[in-house]
Amino acid sequence: MITFDGVTKRYPDGTVAVDELSLEAPTGEITVLVGPSGCGKTTSLRMINRMIDPSAGRILLDGADVTTVDPPTLRRGIGYVIQQAGLFPHRKIVDNVATVPYLLGWDRKKARSRAMDLLELVGLDPGLAGRYPFQLSGGQQQRVGVARALAADPPVLLMDEPFSAVDPIVRASLQDELLRLQAELNKTIVFVTHDIDEAVKLGDRVAVLRVGGRLAQLAAPAELLAEPADDFVREFLGRDRGIRRLSFIPADGLSLRTDLVVPVSADVSSVRGTAEAWLAVVDAEGGPLGWIAPKDLPDSGGTLAEVPAAPYGTFVRGRDSLRAALDATLLSPSGNALAVDGSGRVEGVVTREALGEALTRIAEDARG
Amino acid sequence: MNFLIDFFGDPANWSGPDGIPLRFAEHLQYTGLSLLIAALIAVPLGLWIGHTGRGALAVVLSANAARALPTLGLLVLIVLLMGVGSDAPVLIPLVALAVPPILVNTYEGIRGVDPDLRDAAYGMGLRGGQVLGRVLVPVALPLILLGLRTAAIQVVATATVAAYVGLGGLGRYIIDGLATQKYPLTVGGAVLVALLALAVQGLFTLIQRVCVSPGVSGRQKTR
Ligand SMILES: Nc1ncnc2c1ncn2[C@@H]1O[C@H](COP(=O)(O)OP(=O)(O)OP(=O)(O)O)[C@@H](O)[C@H]1O
Ligand SMILES: [Mg+2]
Repeated sequence: MITFDGVTKRYPDGTVAVDELSLEAPTGEITVLVGPSGCGKTTSLRMINRMIDPSAGRILLDGADVTTVDPPTLRRGIGYVIQQAGLFPHRKIVDNVATVPYLLGWDRKKARSRAMDLLELVGLDPGLAGRYPFQLSGGQQQRVGVARALAADPPVLLMDEPFSAVDPIVRASLQDELLRLQAELNKTIVFVTHDIDEAVKLGDRVAVLRVGGRLAQLAAPAELLAEPADDFVREFLGRDRGIRRLSFIPADGLSLRTDLVVPVSADVSSVRGTAEAWLAVVDAEGGPLGWIAPKDLPDSGGTLAEVPAAPYGTFVRGRDSLRAALDATLLSPSGNALAVDGSGRVEGVVTREALGEALTRIAEDARG
Repeated sequence: MNFLIDFFGDPANWSGPDGIPLRFAEHLQYTGLSLLIAALIAVPLGLWIGHTGRGALAVVLSANAARALPTLGLLVLIVLLMGVGSDAPVLIPLVALAVPPILVNTYEGIRGVDPDLRDAAYGMGLRGGQVLGRVLVPVALPLILLGLRTAAIQVVATATVAAYVGLGGLGRYIIDGLATQKYPLTVGGAVLVALLALAVQGLFTLIQRVCVSPGVSGRQKTR
């Protein structure tokens, strides 16, 4: 656990970058520091590994004041990832990753084999190990940066806008990768970003800082979105706060209708008279094929396989959020979503009415 | 062309105290020794100043001052003060000539390293000396070598002045040739100096290729 205890940083020119900051970053969780530019995120982060020393207050790492450890020793036990990756241009990728193991005096072979494992862990082709940093793309360099920070298996990882220099698609995949890694490794991570979407996606807890380095709110993402502490936080969260909040509400509470699902082997004539506007067609394994409108069915024989089906959207019931369910309803002319299980079999239909009721309940919660 | 044939074709020019091998060796000795001394002074100083940021202004000022020094004038002055008993009179002005390019390039090379890189190095837990030795120097090496090469070529060319004060080296041919109007001698001496400068250039290209990491030189090429 990392504890900020009344930490203040005043730079020599008088700028107060961080003001009386007290917060805890619990062990094994991702704590995100987010806030507008210049609010003191980087300063706060760099005080943890003593790249900067506080002017007042203490920072404790598992209860021990970090200023009692000499900085290089402290830093070797704390992974550090920065925006521009900061890879050593003169060293091959494998040796970049092995930087801290070398410093800790591991023998070369062991350090290198550890480095190779890490490249694989962060999703890089081991064939890149012999390259130099300039021969890698920005996203690949950033992965190497993460691998390097993890090389000596430090319990704590500090990340300062590590993904902000890559394009949105690469960024999203790096974020997913980090979450996957974290599920496996359970590090204590402090992650700095100015991107609120990134913050709520990655953080177990999100600390919103205001300019001048004061804590505005510290909360889990769902709570932050539901109950911003004040106007500053509300404004910082931005316009789509309501929609984004749906990402944190599981979809498994939605009521399902199974009577709207028909197998593709059914005869056209058997469903033509149905009163429902839309029916979902599934294949023999229960996989989704699309939507049909009974009243538009041709006056012919044969099975539903001969009828063109309209597009559909699905969400995984035990895993996805209300936002995914809402998204699925918008992908189909039926206005309904298909709930599937982990292996893609249709479990039932969430109608727009059912979704509407769920959304109404959330809106009422927000009022009360 | 005839001058060259006269000069290099004359067997008398290939032996004895005035022969090409000996003069060449003398020239190399002045050059090598003064470069070595200059490097021993300027490289550590440049590294230290570039790394700590202390005394940066002093570098610029002293380098400019040293550049303005007339080498020949300095040489004559030292001979007047010390006499011609040893190699020292010629070494001092040559060292003074060689220090500024080495110092300035070393300093600029270290100071010019991307601050993010330096930051990352400290952030990984490298100590000050390790940051300098394992990161800054390898990355700044092309510039440091450029400084040494510039100094070396200047010194090779300028070491000819040793002859003015009665010392040896390839300058002897040039000066004696001029004094006695034996132009083949002058031209031959000048060609030898030029060849030596080319050889120095080649040597540094080789050193660069061997010592500079492909990660550093390759990056420069693709830019
Ligand atoms: N070395 C320094 N000397 C003086 N002031 C500084 C120094 N470093 C940062 N500051 C100031 O401290 C404040 C906080 O800076 P910091 O870098 O921590 O902000 P940040 O939240 O990381 O911003 P960004 O999102 O732009 O990276 C800013 O006002 C900045 O100008
Ligand atoms: Mg910052």
